[in-house]
Amino acid sequence: MQIYLPIAETSVNAFTLLGVGGGVGLLSGMFGVGGGFLITPLLFFIGVPPTVAVATGVNQVVASSISGVLAHLKRKTVDLRMGTVLLIGGLVGSIIGIWFFNLMQRLGQIDLIVQLSYVIFLGIIGALMLQESLRALLRSRNPNAPRRKLHIHTWIHNLPFKMKFRASGLYISVFPPLLVGMGVGVLAAIMGVGGGFILVPAMIYLLGMPTKVVIGTSLFQVTFVAAFTTMMHAITNQSVDVMLAIFLIIGGVVGAQLGTRIGLKLRAEQLRILLALLVLAVCGKIAFDLLWTPSEFYTITVPGRF
Amino acid sequence: MRVLFFFLLLIAAFPAKAEEVIAGLSQNRVSLTVNFEGSDILIYGAVRREMALPDDSELDVIVAVEGPPQPAVIWRKARRLGIWVNTDAQEVRAAPSFYAVATTRPLRDILLPEADLTHRISTRLAIFEARSTADRTDPAAFTEALIRIREREGLYQSRDGAVALERDTLFSTRILLPKNIVEGTYSARILLVRDGDVIDEFETFIDVRKAVLERWLTNLAYDRPFLYGLLALALAVFFGWGASALFRFVRS
Repeated sequence: MQIYLPIAETSVNAFTLLGVGGGVGLLSGMFGVGGGFLITPLLFFIGVPPTVAVATGVNQVVASSISGVLAHLKRKTVDLRMGTVLLIGGLVGSIIGIWFFNLMQRLGQIDLIVQLSYVIFLGIIGALMLQESLRALLRSRNPNAPRRKLHIHTWIHNLPFKMKFRASGLYISVFPPLLVGMGVGVLAAIMGVGGGFILVPAMIYLLGMPTKVVIGTSLFQVTFVAAFTTMMHAITNQSVDVMLAIFLIIGGVVGAQLGTRIGLKLRAEQLRILLALLVLAVCGKIAFDLLWTPSEFYTITVPGRF
Repeated sequence: MRVLFFFLLLIAAFPAKAEEVIAGLSQNRVSLTVNFEGSDILIYGAVRREMALPDDSELDVIVAVEGPPQPAVIWRKARRLGIWVNTDAQEVRAAPSFYAVATTRPLRDILLPEADLTHRISTRLAIFEARSTADRTDPAAFTEALIRIREREGLYQSRDGAVALERDTLFSTRILLPKNIVEGTYSARILLVRDGDVIDEFETFIDVRKAVLERWLTNLAYDRPFLYGLLALALAVFFGWGASALFRFVRS
């Protein structure tokens, strides 16, 4: 069954869309990742214009993280103060990202920018995940291996404008969280992702936040930055396609529910390796498209359309 | 030269009264609904003749369907630092978003280049290139690429021999509007051709519109983007939170 997307102005197969949403939802339920970094490139592959894929992807992030953030707020595992600082940075980053996105669209280079950022970030995350899960696998086989220190004091803890974050038990400068939040905002606007994959490691290793508040606080920031970015895309370039979003969201919610249950029953380490390989495969496909001599050297853009 | 050409045209116009084309479409309205997969339009008609059928020349029929024109930018990729990047661009002032030409016989065999120019029939002539300021060596390559890409997407079609003409009177053809067409008024021209020139022309229109919901969403997105953004967020919250609440309810 084909479904007509009024903003993208083309038809795509409804089951393909439900499959993309469901498959990514399944993975996100299994691994607790947002999945925005898989949805957007998969939309490119099925022929959705990159601009629409990015803006609609970020709308889908709102749907996939909203119930999580509500649950964490109820359990009080959100550092609201840290979350707000990260969010302020995120809003600024989103504005910068949107400005850059629209500029590149005018220059006809947005597809390249989006693809390049995906190659770089998926490559880094995939490689880190693979390394991390291989190490975890080795550690589980060799219980005597040395463990890493949780807290490392670095120059980051000596910056001015210190602020007390009681829920995280931190007394640090506001600049690192502001900058981290900003980076995530830029990525949300350009790549259509939530940015949890950058935010979570940055909160643990850079800011030194305790793990119990990391997920809740990151979801808090991601949800609001994604909501703001959706509004910005809708207002500045009209590229959010709600018809597309609904299909992705329905598939995603169902997939995530199944994924959560599957994830509880399976061994995480081996699966994590598979996820890392999948991320690297998507990265490889996009890189291949950029590097391989194309069969058609020309592309057409119509001003005002995607 | 031009005066002579017009003079010839004037002479040619007189016997045109003798043969007249009347045509109709299977539908004048195409609605881009949720499940739109493309639309097949039947164009049919007849030739009314108030003279004996001349046996020294052959009658041909050309059907040209044209979608609303749009400006376009054509980009060419080149390798920069190992990756393929858009480097050169050429603007086109107006190119039809859809263009299909169907004929009884190959277009170049039945139509003189002058007649093609006056009536803008072949695809190449339907595209208005911008007066190029850049001293490019190959401006034609960009327009050819535009035609090639749109032909591959089914947006441009040249179909020689696709019009069936029976006993020099009844004709019919089918034009497929693909799923990726844009909204607007499409013109359908039916031309009668004899001795390389157009002897009569009939024009009718096809109205391609988004259906009610799609129309409403597009209008909202462009006219009230703030409200549209809120709608997108409301739907995301509703489905994201609502569905997981539903699952929790079902499980308990």
